[in-house]
Amino acid sequence: MIRFGIRGRSVCFESLDKQLETLGSIRESSTIFKSNSERTIPKQRLRCLIDSETRSNGTEGRRSSSTASASTAPTPQPRKTCLHDLHVENRGNYQWKFVPFLSSLCFLRNAYKNVSTYQLCVFLGKIINFSGWLLPVQYQEAIAVSHQHTRTFASLFDVGHMLQTQVSGKDATEFLESLTTSDLKNLNRGSAILTVFTNENGGILDDLIITKDDDDKYFVVSNAGRRDEDSELLLQQQENFKRHGKSVKLQFLDPLEQSLIALQGPTAASVLRSIMKINLTHLSFMNSVETTVFGNPIRVTRCGYTGEDGFEISMPAKIARTLVQAVLDTPDTKLAGLGARDSLRLEAGLCLYGHDIDEETTPVEAGLTWLIAKRRREEANFPGAKRILSQIKTGTVKKRIGLTVVHGPPVREGACILTPEGERVGKITSGGPSPTLGRSIAMGYVPPELAHYGGGILVEVRGKTYKATVTKMPFVKTNYYTAKRST
Amino acid sequence: MCLSIVEKLLLIQIKFLERFYTEKHEWITIEGNIGIIGISNYAQEALGDVVYAQLPDVGSEIEKEAECGALESVKAASELYSPVSGKVIEKNEEVEKIPSLINTSCYEKGWLFKVELNKFDELKSLMNEEAYNEFLKSDPA
Repeated sequence: MIRFGIRGRSVCFESLDKQLETLGSIRESSTIFKSNSERTIPKQRLRCLIDSETRSNGTEGRRSSSTASASTAPTPQPRKTCLHDLHVENRGNYQWKFVPFLSSLCFLRNAYKNVSTYQLCVFLGKIINFSGWLLPVQYQEAIAVSHQHTRTFASLFDVGHMLQTQVSGKDATEFLESLTTSDLKNLNRGSAILTVFTNENGGILDDLIITKDDDDKYFVVSNAGRRDEDSELLLQQQENFKRHGKSVKLQFLDPLEQSLIALQGPTAASVLRSIMKINLTHLSFMNSVETTVFGNPIRVTRCGYTGEDGFEISMPAKIARTLVQAVLDTPDTKLAGLGARDSLRLEAGLCLYGHDIDEETTPVEAGLTWLIAKRRREEANFPGAKRILSQIKTGTVKKRIGLTVVHGPPVREGACILTPEGERVGKITSGGPSPTLGRSIAMGYVPPELAHYGGGILVEVRGKTYKATVTKMPFVKTNYYTAKRST
Repeated sequence: MCLSIVEKLLLIQIKFLERFYTEKHEWITIEGNIGIIGISNYAQEALGDVVYAQLPDVGSEIEKEAECGALESVKAASELYSPVSGKVIEKNEEVEKIPSLINTSCYEKGWLFKVELNKFDELKSLMNEEAYNEFLKSDPA
């Protein structure tokens, strides 16, 4: 059984099989936690002040499937203490994985397949279990400090736990379009788009970013918490295509071989320019370029999950350490963890899969109708088209909204949303204090008649209700780089 | 900083009175039949920047180990449990206004509430400073 402590600033996980390798990059004293080879999620126990465990019951934190039924349900239990509201789901005996980029810092290989025989060295603060991945929720600094640093300068996030997939072959466009709502045919080469995998009911199976390298070559980044589901979906569809004599090649990149980092913040572009030869002037938001650094190919995509200008860089793990160090050596660039990533994306009004969107939620209900490409609406040939198109036409019974609490506590996932008359009509799907705005913000689902901006509603926290206002998202103005590509 | 004599005395008392701890990282000091309650340094470090403190209402009766409030940081809400049973006679309104006092001064200005004890036996189950430090070392998780 693995244990988490957050006593020291540094934490190391050590396998029983190997000795701890002392690393130069470990900056502070370390506490060592031993673990058995079969690592399981710790049992749930009474939450107290210092409970850094994540919940073991994956369904507990998920939004009830229908907000309409919320009014009749017994008083729902808002999410209680856990270090962070980030993890998507932990399945029963899910094996603990590792921190990808940190492990690449430690020159670890193949731990993904057999985590028990490897040690993990993390020179940072608090570690949580995010969908089976041990990831830093914060580094040396408090989340709010890290958050503001990202809004002012730039922060580096390790997002190597996300699923990176290469899709190629002459039928690659048709293949990806058959699973998503996107128009990839008309997407420019080098452009990236946000889209969703949908099921036959129009529910969202995952959100993902597809970059088009060429008509027969795509690069896909999807959620770590949906790794199994996504890869199964892709493999199954590949089989279907094969049966019809079509050719698609899938390559799931090993997170220990291919790292993914996100450099986010207003100074991200200048930081990147200072460490590599790259022209970023013509690289606008949601565009990607492949280049070479330290003799290795890397992909730089101008996108992110913070609302700031920034980049996601996919690169061979063997150069990750050098590149990360170079980035961190630039002035005013710091590591940031999942905690800041969550508060930043919340301010930017971006959804977190498993919380704000899930298999029971359609893009229309989630306010993501813009993801259904015009051409695809006409063709009506994506999974769940029937329901989604009918919802676009006739509306939905629930709608994702943003809300702001002016005076009151942070409102978190699971909290109830009530009409001004006090009737329970919906639930919060994520929320917390906004470090930028200095007040509590949240997202949740309500019936559409309550979803107009400026409208007043109530939220319930620990048995008391507080006034909240339906607020247009993003809560904080986004700062994407939108310079037009010069031709 | 201007403090009244009463406040100064209070601070001195808080400083020198023996603190007892719970396994959930609350502390309590006892004077007469009044207990002053707060959270430990370990707890405030783990919580991170406290942005909201919900303290029990004055006049309410609380039970030992029952939830009586909450402290919230950016990352999470953490319930507050009372180390003893009794009646809440005062809460720290300063902390409600400036929750970061819990981080900057968890044993002094960051105290949370005062309780009029009615079951002194309950104190026996609490740890003293030394035992608490041992408890922290033993990895409470």
